[in-house]
Amino acid sequence: MSAETPLWEVFIRPRNGLSHRHVGSVHAADEVLAIQAARDVYTRRGEGLSIWVVPSAAITASDPDAKGEMFEPAESKIYRHPTFYDIPDEVGHM
Amino acid sequence: MYSQGLIGAHHEVEETPEFLAAFQRRIDAEEKIEPNDPMPEAYRKTLIRQIGQHAHSEIVGMLPEGNWITRAPSLRRKAALLAKVQDEGGHGLYLYAAAETLGVSREEMTEQLHDGRAKFSSIFNYPTLSWADIGAIGWLVDGAAIMNQIPLCRCSYGPYARAMIRVCKEESFHQRQGYEIMMTLARGTPEQKAMAQDALDRLWQPALMMFGPHDSDSAHGEQSMKWKIKRFTNDELRQRFVDATVPQAEYLGLTIPDSDLKWNEERGHYDFGPIDWNEFWRVVKGGGPMTRDRVRDRRKAWEDGAWVREAALAHAAKRRARAAAAAKTAAE
Repeated sequence: MSAETPLWEVFIRPRNGLSHRHVGSVHAADEVLAIQAARDVYTRRGEGLSIWVVPSAAITASDPDAKGEMFEPAESKIYRHPTFYDIPDEVGHM
Repeated sequence: MYSQGLIGAHHEVEETPEFLAAFQRRIDAEEKIEPNDPMPEAYRKTLIRQIGQHAHSEIVGMLPEGNWITRAPSLRRKAALLAKVQDEGGHGLYLYAAAETLGVSREEMTEQLHDGRAKFSSIFNYPTLSWADIGAIGWLVDGAAIMNQIPLCRCSYGPYARAMIRVCKEESFHQRQGYEIMMTLARGTPEQKAMAQDALDRLWQPALMMFGPHDSDSAHGEQSMKWKIKRFTNDELRQRFVDATVPQAEYLGLTIPDSDLKWNEERGHYDFGPIDWNEFWRVVKGGGPMTRDRVRDRRKAWEDGAWVREAALAHAAKRRARAAAAAKTAAE
């Protein structure tokens, strides 16, 4: 079997004003071919104005098994949300 | 459809009854399962098999249609067919990427197709003998595929569901371009109408077979329903397809080749005649009229393209080495 062709993650900006968003992956030997493959695979119907490709191996991810302790600090701090505070109706929208 | 750089942390889970029950509860609660989530090995294997087979079908499906690109009757038809075949290639790639998130490599799946371990949709084992077949494939085969794929957009496995949403968005053009070809032929000369009827005669039964065996003979059906990989059974989807397609054939003025076909007021569905399951199993087991040609053509494309893949990798390695050498010189 021949060598495996590297994997790239593809991010597309659908239009100005929006962020690049992950849309999928492609296999390509280098970044030039990855951009071309991403264009052919993910933008056949005007889905975007800009493409980023990132080597999949370059992504560092949080550990899904540790998501409890990782995200617990955010969940327990309800005072970070506006609804935590009582403001009388007569004050109006705030 | 998923950042596969994050994959590889695939750990074996001990499939205790508690684990399996907890997994089923997540499924029942309509939670999506994502690549790094613990999952039963059978769930992973079923998905690899199903998504791989689906991807191979898209890629092999390019062959019977590609057969007619140079002979399309007008530039309009040619441009549309070219775009459709390119879409099928794209669909294959979305699906391969989804399967790869389960820990199988693209190369491994390709090998499985080439040595016959992996199957592709039975319909692509039939030849495309006339231009009308391109119309009938778009109308019936893509129509059946849409029927199958819409519920897959809600599949419990996230990357597969997301791939299917993209596929379904693009598939509707395929069916419409096919039906338009059929309409043009059906309203054309008597010879053209006969071509359209002939294509329908040959492809009707194979299209019904695309939904797979009867529910009672479906090896993976029940478990796949329980895991919400499938949302409807083979027979339910087949019935929906018949109900949707009969009026479309009537509009064309073509006759569906089934003398048992009639509206059943009581059931609210069309009744239809028996399917030749012997033929279905013969085709599935590799005895279809075009099975050998399809696999041979895929293998040839892969082998003929090997030097391109190797050259691209060698070029990339050379550029990396040059950049590293230049950076070293600059640093000194």
